[in-house]
Amino acid sequence: MALRTPLYETHVAAGARTVDFGGWDMPVNYGSQIEEHHAVRRDAGMFDVSHMCVVDLRGDRVRDYLRHLLANDVSKLTQQGKALYSCMLRQDGGVIDDLIVYCMNDQWYRMVVNAGTRDKDLAWLRQVAGGFGVAVEPRTDLAMIAVQGPNARAKAASVMDAAVAPRALEIGAFFGLDAGSLFIARTGYTGEDGFEIMLHSDQVVAFWNRLREAGVAPCGLGARDTLRLEAGMNLYGNDMDETTTPLESGLGWTVAWEPQDRDFIGRAALVAQKARGDTRKLVGLLVEDRAVLRSHQKVIVAAVGEGEVTSGTFSPTLQRSIGFARVPAATGDRCEVEIRGKLVAARIVRPPFVRHGKVAVAL
Amino acid sequence: MSNVPADLRFMKSHEWARLEADGTITIGISDHAQQALGDLVFVEAPEPGRRVNAGEACAVVESVKAASDVYSPVSGEVVAANADLGGQPELINQDPYGAGWIMRVRPDDKAQFASMLDAAAYSAALAAETH
Repeated sequence: MALRTPLYETHVAAGARTVDFGGWDMPVNYGSQIEEHHAVRRDAGMFDVSHMCVVDLRGDRVRDYLRHLLANDVSKLTQQGKALYSCMLRQDGGVIDDLIVYCMNDQWYRMVVNAGTRDKDLAWLRQVAGGFGVAVEPRTDLAMIAVQGPNARAKAASVMDAAVAPRALEIGAFFGLDAGSLFIARTGYTGEDGFEIMLHSDQVVAFWNRLREAGVAPCGLGARDTLRLEAGMNLYGNDMDETTTPLESGLGWTVAWEPQDRDFIGRAALVAQKARGDTRKLVGLLVEDRAVLRSHQKVIVAAVGEGEVTSGTFSPTLQRSIGFARVPAATGDRCEVEIRGKLVAARIVRPPFVRHGKVAVAL
Repeated sequence: MSNVPADLRFMKSHEWARLEADGTITIGISDHAQQALGDLVFVEAPEPGRRVNAGEACAVVESVKAASDVYSPVSGEVVAANADLGGQPELINQDPYGAGWIMRVRPDDKAQFASMLDAAAYSAALAAETH
């Protein structure tokens, strides 16, 4: 039987259509995915992301542990609460998962990993933790709500305690605040401002209902996917996995090469791949015709070679189809995609497609 | 719950059909189909004048989620396609049995229409599909 978050009954009562996602029975929409998408771009929407796995990592050497475990470098986290996006790699450079890690204090970091990769992630975290005396504690007692959109922070603050709300509104971009019963982070997966809020499972239904009364629209995973694609954000399992490295997944910017003596897992493989120099690349695609990109469609780059669409959808903001594709390094600014037996022209663009409600590519 | 109007005929693949007074047959997709597909973003309807065979894929409806073929329940000639869907594919979501009609076919043999599922049989098929 599929796993359910503490908000499952609330979603069903609100008319959600549900779908299996990484073993969880999650809302895909509450009526119209496109209206939910626009609610986030124009006002405020919320997502139940309690299926994602929060893991607390504690120990005297937790910083050294994370500097070895992650391709990005937690030594960038010089202030309490600061967050870092990183990949966790195998020795051969394949991506085990992408994640966010927050520096709670010198001896305590909090990580959020994907739902579908939870078991293998925990096994890997524990395997590497042994050498560093780090305790790996999955926080199954916590639920999480993402509140996103230009009005999201104000609306979310309006339902917080009077003592917490002003502090929440002062949180800087990509910082988290441990505010007692709430952990509030100014992060997200939509390209809009907002919060991701962790709280105890017992409190999440009441908090969700208060947000709803404050005018925050419930949104499903359908809108979450179109929003993250427009925002140029990767989805693990689609755009990268254990068979691809960050360098061929548009995530080279998340690999911290300096200092050169930092020995992170996968480093040698990435260095070797870089030296070979023929690395495939992940690019953004924009289709001008009335056709929709979907993952696994074949991409043809004239005189260069072939590639594959890794994610594709119809962009409600652009009213065009957009996507990501993994293509040969020498690919220029045009390609063709085989869509339902026809070759359709596509332009190669640099994501994001949409940022803070505004179109960010030339149409 | 999806709406299954008693005066229409259906296919198991979720098309509906209505016999018009002039002998043509109007075809669309059912309320159940539009709900399952989610928001429609493109509709590709056949050109009037095209010959279609019963069971032939002759239109495509594409939603945020996936593309689906629309099959003709009868053999005949396409006499009209709903031009409004070009700019407003969401008409299928809003009014699948009315403004969201897709095409009109003049059937070679009306018996093909008569042999389609009636509302009760389609409702039973839906119930079987979801259990």
